[in-house]
Amino acid sequence: MNMHAKKPTLKMWFKSGDPWVWLNAAAVSVSVIAVLGLLAVLAVNGFSHFWVKDIKQANYFVAGMDKPVRVTGEVVDIIDVSSAQLISAGFQLDENVATYRRELIKLGNRDVTGADFGWFLADGFSDVLYPKDLMVLERREWGNFYGRLLRVQEGDQVSSQVAADGANVAAVWQDFETRLRRVQRIHDDIFAIEKHTIGKINHGMERLRLQERKLELSDPTAEKRAVVMTDIKAERAVLDRQYAALETELADLYRAINRDSIVATVSSGEEVPIALAKIVRANRPNGMSLFEKLAAYLSKLWEFLSEDPREANTEGGIFPAIFGTVMMVLLMSIMVTPFGVVAAVYLREYAPQGPVTQTIRIAVNNLAGVPSIVYGVFGLGFFIYFIGQNVDQAFFPEALPAPTFGTPGLLWASLTLALLTVPVVIVATEEGLARIPKEIREGSLALGATKAETLWRVVLPMASPAMMTGLILAVARAAGEVAPLMLVGVVKLAPSLPLDGNYPYLHLDQKFMHLGFHIYDVGFQSPNVEAARPLVYATALLLVIVIALLNFAAVAMRNHLREKYKSLEH
Amino acid sequence: MAKLDTSPKVDLSSLGRLTEPRTLADEKICLEVDNLNLYYGKKQALQGVNLNIAAKRVTAFIGPSGCGKSTLLRCFNRMNDLVDGCSIDGQIRLDGQNIFDKSVDVASLRRKVGMVFQKPNPFPKSIYENVAYGLRIQGIKSRRVLDEAVEKSLRSAALWDEVKDRLNESALGMSGGQQQRLVIARTIAIEPEVLLLDEPASALDPISTLKIEELINELKSRFTIIIVTHNMQQAARVSDYTAFMYMGDMVEYGNTDQLFTNPEKKQTEDYITGRYG
Repeated sequence: MNMHAKKPTLKMWFKSGDPWVWLNAAAVSVSVIAVLGLLAVLAVNGFSHFWVKDIKQANYFVAGMDKPVRVTGEVVDIIDVSSAQLISAGFQLDENVATYRRELIKLGNRDVTGADFGWFLADGFSDVLYPKDLMVLERREWGNFYGRLLRVQEGDQVSSQVAADGANVAAVWQDFETRLRRVQRIHDDIFAIEKHTIGKINHGMERLRLQERKLELSDPTAEKRAVVMTDIKAERAVLDRQYAALETELADLYRAINRDSIVATVSSGEEVPIALAKIVRANRPNGMSLFEKLAAYLSKLWEFLSEDPREANTEGGIFPAIFGTVMMVLLMSIMVTPFGVVAAVYLREYAPQGPVTQTIRIAVNNLAGVPSIVYGVFGLGFFIYFIGQNVDQAFFPEALPAPTFGTPGLLWASLTLALLTVPVVIVATEEGLARIPKEIREGSLALGATKAETLWRVVLPMASPAMMTGLILAVARAAGEVAPLMLVGVVKLAPSLPLDGNYPYLHLDQKFMHLGFHIYDVGFQSPNVEAARPLVYATALLLVIVIALLNFAAVAMRNHLREKYKSLEH
Repeated sequence: MAKLDTSPKVDLSSLGRLTEPRTLADEKICLEVDNLNLYYGKKQALQGVNLNIAAKRVTAFIGPSGCGKSTLLRCFNRMNDLVDGCSIDGQIRLDGQNIFDKSVDVASLRRKVGMVFQKPNPFPKSIYENVAYGLRIQGIKSRRVLDEAVEKSLRSAALWDEVKDRLNESALGMSGGQQQRLVIARTIAIEPEVLLLDEPASALDPISTLKIEELINELKSRFTIIIVTHNMQQAARVSDYTAFMYMGDMVEYGNTDQLFTNPEKKQTEDYITGRYG
């Protein structure tokens, strides 16, 4: 008998199952690489934006130009471009060279030169320097400023001036930084007053106006009107007094903040005056140590996470968008969970199982596949125009014709997304209910519990991990949804957060900002594409992180519940 | 017949099996089954069963798989109501009242007729909450009443010493035998009249089975017990009366000793001697 192993054949290899293992492993690897690659691209492109880059100063001359120009700015991007393309664009270059290197340089100084980004051929640069006294100013308006500090002024008086030989640069910079810190403190005070204190007074004024209007609408007797109006007038007088006091205070602060300014020179030699009040941050990156750059990086990153946006969303932070996204998802969860669970309990536990129930079940499952923009249109037409406007007429007639709930807002956005995600919760909960062992139900019934008591005390707690699974899927879907939100409540820039210290604290009627929409807005609606691009990456990464965190929270809750109600599987 | 008085005193003196031959005619009757037919859809599962169950005695139902003994047992607390397409005619009277009557509240019937299932089915709650479950359903909130009832029931189920230090731990961490005794404690906590045991030891090891059997002996002074079992030795050990069922028919019913030693029907004899089943 031949005991030798047979020669391996392709057929045997297939039989052994090895190809399947390889195929499965390959599928997993591709998925993992795709996800990690995506995150890496977002992180690298987004978070490198906050790093303080060195400022390059060079003379630029290519054939066809009259004379060399001085270029000062940050190198943002470097790409190779085919010579044919450049020649067709009008450059006089050698056709035999395949590609030329091109640099995208952020020049800033939009108020002085007009364009704050420019493409330059790397070959055209000469005398490249990174002088330590070049500074970059982040401004509240007009974007970055690149140049040299010339003098610091207090009112019309010169406080300090850089000498012709540049010997006292350090002292002048010191003077500038001290004054900048003072101005920034005043700015914080002004911000606090304008945003919070005056916001509160305005809120109070609006409340009084509505009260008065309500009184008129209720057609009161002269007596009652007199009584209520006295109250309203008294309250209004108090608010007026407070407002007047604040105005004086603000006027003082504005005088103080506008006192100091600097004059700086740009690369062309032109002198530019800049008020300190307009400066957010000042650095001289070429002279900064790694540690200083790291500190500046973290400070910029924190600003991105915690501040309001500036300059048509292309600068500043995205805190309102983060807040709005989380808020909307939480509200959506609060609405969708009870609704979905109740529907699932009826479908699984009470409805007679027959063709009608089965049809309803299939219909519910298919709702999950309806394009989200359709939900948006539905939300706009039904929730806002129909329900919202009727609610306004019934409960907020004093505010009309200005709509309260008859306009897109947080409530309607959350409700629309709840509608969008409810099938997921229903399906998951139904599956959870179906998995509860019959013995457990019978055990409860045999102790004299009714069906409702059994459901409430035993079955629903045991099915709670499944409900959480549904919620996790719902959150994942809702947090990333943008299209319907554009119709039912998300805006490019919301003046205030939907949750604040003014009664009733949670403003369900307010419009809000959302990370997904912010990405669209910054990326595709922005006047300054180059400036906005890194923010698109950073915002996208943040959206992913926010969704992941929301999901982790739900998963942690589910695991806790699973541990608590782990079933009788032994 | 004074000496056949079924008061606990008499029974306490002779814990365990009845020592002298007795017949149902001597007993106080707790449950009467009167010409009971049961259908699952079109299939008839019980064929005109007539049976009287003695109070404070252990009655065993034996028979091959599918003979209808569990089905009959589940009639006593109307568990079959939960089965789609199950229909019943005939009567079962508990203390003279027909349990299928429209006026009977199923939940309160089940409080009087408790049931323990084949597979231990504790709730995913603490040991304490498992035992207190039935009382909480009845709306009892007083901590003192619950504490007392939990301790008493766990003691009755011979479980107190094993679990008294971990009452607040999950019941799912207990062994199978402990879980089954917990389920018995849970059932007797609501003080039913009748205790239905559906193969209570079939999923347990021999030592746990022995404990359950001892428990049955102790509990019969307080409850009317009906047990379904596959295990004929078990039926012989624990029961006072035994019913042999076959294909939905009640073939023979009588004193356990008599049924096992001197069966009247050939079918019964064939089954208990192991010729089929």
